[in-house]
Amino acid sequence: MWELMIPLLAATVQSGTPILFATLGEMMTEKGGVLNLGVEGMLAVSALAAFVTSMYTGSPWLAFIAGGFAGFAMAALHGFVCITCLGNQVVSGLAITILGLGLADFIGVPYVGLPAPGFDPFPFPVLSEIPIIGDIFFKHDALVYVSFVVPVIFWFFLKRTSLGMHVSATGEMPAAAAAVGLKPIKLRYLAVVVGGFLIGLGGAYLSLAYTHLWTNGLSGGRGWIAVALVIFAFWRPGRAVIGAYLFGGVMAFQLRLQAMGTNLPSSLLLMLPYLLTIIVLIISAARGRRIDAPAALGTNIEPEG
Amino acid sequence: MLKVRKREEPWKWGALVVFLGALLFSLVVSALLLAWQGKDPVHGMDILWQGSFGNLWALEGALLKAIPLFLCSLGVAVAFRMQIWNIGAEGQFALGAIGATWVALGFPNLPGYLLLPMMFIMAFILGGLWAVIPALLKMKLRVNEIISTLMLNYIAILLLDYLVFGVWKDPTSFGFPMTPEFTSGAVISGIGGSRVHWGLLFCMIVGIGLWAFMSFTRLGYELKASGQGARVAKYAKIRYGFLVVFVMALSGGFAGWAGCIETSAVLNRLQPSLMVGYGYTAIVVAWLARLEPLNIAFASFLLAALRVGVENMQLELQIPAAFGVIMEGMILLMVLAGQFFILYKLERKKSSQG
Repeated sequence: MWELMIPLLAATVQSGTPILFATLGEMMTEKGGVLNLGVEGMLAVSALAAFVTSMYTGSPWLAFIAGGFAGFAMAALHGFVCITCLGNQVVSGLAITILGLGLADFIGVPYVGLPAPGFDPFPFPVLSEIPIIGDIFFKHDALVYVSFVVPVIFWFFLKRTSLGMHVSATGEMPAAAAAVGLKPIKLRYLAVVVGGFLIGLGGAYLSLAYTHLWTNGLSGGRGWIAVALVIFAFWRPGRAVIGAYLFGGVMAFQLRLQAMGTNLPSSLLLMLPYLLTIIVLIISAARGRRIDAPAALGTNIEPEG
Repeated sequence: MLKVRKREEPWKWGALVVFLGALLFSLVVSALLLAWQGKDPVHGMDILWQGSFGNLWALEGALLKAIPLFLCSLGVAVAFRMQIWNIGAEGQFALGAIGATWVALGFPNLPGYLLLPMMFIMAFILGGLWAVIPALLKMKLRVNEIISTLMLNYIAILLLDYLVFGVWKDPTSFGFPMTPEFTSGAVISGIGGSRVHWGLLFCMIVGIGLWAFMSFTRLGYELKASGQGARVAKYAKIRYGFLVVFVMALSGGFAGWAGCIETSAVLNRLQPSLMVGYGYTAIVVAWLARLEPLNIAFASFLLAALRVGVENMQLELQIPAAFGVIMEGMILLMVLAGQFFILYKLERKKSSQG
């Protein structure tokens, strides 16, 4: 039994990693009070940016960071439209997704199917020798190990640093935050671009470590799953990890089934993650924790005068 | 230093100026994108223009594509007006096509005057149901409709794939995923030998019908009133939950009709190439049109023309189809950003330090 389960769980961690980065990125954005529905498009753009950077520089690490900055740039655009120009956050996010998917498909044409250096798995010293746990968590590429640390830093930033608490305050009550001398506009921009950077890292993971190549449609709905997972996680990084691995598990399971050659048509199998997203939302809504959402989420801060 | 000041009343011509500005900006940026890809931008823009408006063939093509865009966008706009974010036109379009195909394949020998109405009814029912699911999830279980409608898009497209790769596959199609060709009774014909078909007339009837419904019926009035949000609606003793489900059914039904028309009149069969993202472009159209039915007609035609123009660029310059998607995203973003200037203006601030 374990011989079957361990590879599946290890694959779960790997498929969950890009979703985890994206979910944390969206969570950071929303903590500041801004809804960003551009995740899907941002994943595509950053996956391409990372891939191209890796191809030309030969450095996967530089490429990983480049992916982050591609997400940063797209998020800044969303921030400009919503925070500075007071555009509708839902529609701006959709526009970012449309623009991002278009840009990635357009610019990516010459890179389809080409090789580029990426991240290969290596056993983490010492920890990989723990039975079972080591096999599941510590025989991956370096970015998976990075993803273990990010939720902790994320939590620490929001709960234990004053800057993080100021960001949360902006997402809850921007007017009150302004009244005590904080700068809600700047704090919102900060949350949006840092969140965008994290989403970009998720995109970079897709092309650099997950597939090792660039194809159209690489994001495959993961961006929307991330948006749903933020709700599922009640805006808490710890639960984001659970949610991301839940979806990683379903995606890994579905790939295994296809590889084993089941009688089930692949189109029905491919529906699983999308069905699960709806189910997950039903479960989170049933638990009635809407209060956890940042109170000012989705509303813009109007300028005075 | 510049200072932001709220206008006493919205800038009268602002919407038009912003729209034209956004269009111009997007054209300039796309031209730069072409130049960056090593293509001559002026030549590229000329090909785009020729393809969109250059001749009768191009205009026909634009009108043809405007039909599904108009219906999807009308549906999206009805929901958006109630602040219900139906992002699921793409999936509802697919379900409409599936419904129409189901009828068309089931009763191949019926004459058109019976078969086509049945196809339209089934398309409306399936498209509507596909939208009622997220509406019920929203009202009963408080599930966010943005995500549920989007997920249903993915599921609908996979369902369409499942059908055309499996049970509905034409045995004589040499393995291509497509249903058999529809019988003549299931095909909407062209108007007077042109490529433009009677779906155009149907669009006009639906548009006028919706306008009349919104203007002259109690239900239409309630829909408008509840556009102010759930709380206002409850205050006015309006059945908000019922209206949400109703408006989503209408919204999905319209998209379903678009799917039916596209399958019947343009492809004459169901196949995956049906799904070209009209449901997503419809969102852009609806927002550009500020959710007004008449504006939607113009905006659908404009974005349809853009699609046709980009197809011309694909043929002549080997530009990927994604070029049009970039333009759509950019126009929408710029219109959103520009709306700022309709409500606010920038004034020179008297510097206190001299």
